[in-house]
Amino acid sequence: MIQFDAVHKRFPNGTTAVHDLSLEMPEGGVTVLVGSSGCGKTTTLRMINRMVEPTSGTIRVGGKDVTRQDAAELRRSIGYVIQQAGLFPHRTVLDNIATVPLLLGWSRRKARARAAELLETVGLAADAGKRYPHQLSGGQQQRVGVARALAADPPVLLMDEPFGAVDPVVRTQLQDELLRLQKELSKTIVFVTHDIDEAVRLGDQIAVFRTGGHLVQCASPAELLARPADDFVADFLGAERGLKLLSLRTLADVPQGPAPESGDWSLVLDAANKPLHWAAKATKDTKGAELPVRPLKDTDSLLAALNESIASPTGLIARVDAEGALTGVSSRDDIHEHAGQAHTEARVAA
Amino acid sequence: MTIDWSWIGDHTDDLTTLTISHLQAALTAVFLGVLISLPLAVIAHRIRPLRGFLLGLSNVLFTIPSIAIFVLLLPVSGLTRTTTVIGLTIYTLVVLLRNTVEGLDSVPVKVKEAAKAMGTRPLRTLLTVEFPLALPVIMAGVRIATVMSISLVSVATYIGDGGLGQLFTDGFQRNFPTPVIVGVVLTLLLAVVADAALVALQYVLTPWRRRRA
Repeated sequence: MIQFDAVHKRFPNGTTAVHDLSLEMPEGGVTVLVGSSGCGKTTTLRMINRMVEPTSGTIRVGGKDVTRQDAAELRRSIGYVIQQAGLFPHRTVLDNIATVPLLLGWSRRKARARAAELLETVGLAADAGKRYPHQLSGGQQQRVGVARALAADPPVLLMDEPFGAVDPVVRTQLQDELLRLQKELSKTIVFVTHDIDEAVRLGDQIAVFRTGGHLVQCASPAELLARPADDFVADFLGAERGLKLLSLRTLADVPQGPAPESGDWSLVLDAANKPLHWAAKATKDTKGAELPVRPLKDTDSLLAALNESIASPTGLIARVDAEGALTGVSSRDDIHEHAGQAHTEARVAA
Repeated sequence: MTIDWSWIGDHTDDLTTLTISHLQAALTAVFLGVLISLPLAVIAHRIRPLRGFLLGLSNVLFTIPSIAIFVLLLPVSGLTRTTTVIGLTIYTLVVLLRNTVEGLDSVPVKVKEAAKAMGTRPLRTLLTVEFPLALPVIMAGVRIATVMSISLVSVATYIGDGGLGQLFTDGFQRNFPTPVIVGVVLTLLLAVVADAALVALQYVLTPWRRRRA
C-alpha cells in the first residue's frame, strides 16, 4: 500500500504542484491519477520514488517512509514506466530489460535469462531481445518499457502516461495486455493519464486532480461516473459519462430468449450454431439483404450491447457462449431497461 | 623537382624511426588531452557557471602560436619530448573539451531520467549511459584532434624534436627536395591511417548506431 499523508509540493519558482494531498493507493490495485496538464498528477507519481522530493508531509510505501530510504535503492524496488518508454538507445532490448537486476547485483547470465522470460510475458518475440530500441515500433518499445519495469519483480509499478504516444489501436492492445498482466501479477500500480477512458478502463480507483494540485475526488470508476463530486469532475468525465458507466457493466444479467423464427429478418447460423449474419426475407422486390451481426458474450459490456442493439436491424443482439455458439437473443428494450437500472443503482448506492 | 628514390631506399630505417616517433608524439598528446578534457567536460557540463570559463580558457590557449608555446615551455621541460607533448596536448584541449561538453549535452534528458528512476547512481549513469551516448560527438573531436596533432608535431622541429618534421629542415638546409616530399607524404599517410583507425574504433564501440532503421 502507498500512503500520502498531508503531502505538499512547492517548486522553487513558487508554483504549488501538489496541495495537501492525503490519499491511499491500495495493495494490488490500480490507482489512476487523472487531470489536465499541470494538475500535479505526475509530480504526485514522481514523489513516490523520490524523483521529486515533497516539501512537507510523508509518503509511505509498504509502511516505510520513502524519504528515510536510500533513493537509489528505493527506486530499484519500484518499477517505473515512462512515456515513450525512455529506453537506453545504446543497449539491446535484453540489456534494457536487465537494467535493474544488474544494478541489484545479479549475474549477467541470470539477468539476461530473466529479461528473456519477460520478453515473452509482455508479448514480444524472442528475437526482439537482440535488437536496439530504435529498431522497434512505438508499441513494441512501450512493451519493453513495461518489461524493464517488471524485471526485478517490484511490488509497486509507477506508470507515467505510458501509452500516451502510441496510436489508439495499439493503445487499446497495450491496455488489454496490462489488464491481463495485472490479473496474474497483482502489482500495486499507480498510473498517470489525461485520458479519462483509459482511467475508467484500467483503474480500480481513480483520483481526479484539479489545477493547483488539488485532489477533487478519489473513487471507483463506477462511483465516479455515477456520482461526480462536483461540476469540475462531471465536466472532466465528459457528456457521455452515462455511457461510460455502461462500459463497466456486463451483459450477464440481461435476460435472453430464443431467436425469433418469423419476422422480416432472421439470424443465420452455421453448422456449429455460430451466428453468421442477419438475413432479410426475400420479397418480389428485394433479393434478401444481409447485415453483419456482432455476437456478444456475457463478459461484454452493456455499452457494447447497447451499441450492437442499435446497429441490429431487429433491435436484437445475438448472445453466444465462450465457444461462440448462440445461447439466445436480448432485445433493445431489455438492454435499455437494464442500463437504466444500473444507472439508478449506481447513483443511489451509498 | 625530382625525387631521389635511392635516398629513400638508403634511409628506410631512419624514416621508420621518425614515423613512429611522430605518431607517438601525436597519439600521446591526444591521449592526455582526452584524459584531461573528460573530467573538465563533466565539470563544465554539470556546473553551468564554469562552462564559459573552461571553454573560453581552452580557446585562449589555442590562440597562442605553436612556436611560442614550445619556447614558453623550454624553461619548464627543456628540449625534450615532454615539451612537444605538453604543447600538443594544450592544442587538443580546444576541440576535445568542446566536443565532450557538447556530447554530454546531446544525451537525451529522458534517458538520463530513466537511468535515475531505475536506481542508477550518478557516477554509474555518467560511465554507462552518458559517456557511451556522447561517444559519437566525443569521437568526432578525437578525430580532429588527432589529425591536427599529427600535422603539428613537425613544428617541434624547432626544439629538436618534431618527428617527420626533421625531414623538412633537412631538405631545406641542403636544398634537397626528396626528404621534404617524403615527409609530407608520410605525414598525410599517418593522418589518413589514424583517422581511418578512429572511424573503425568508433564503429566497434557504438554497435547501436549500425543498421539504422
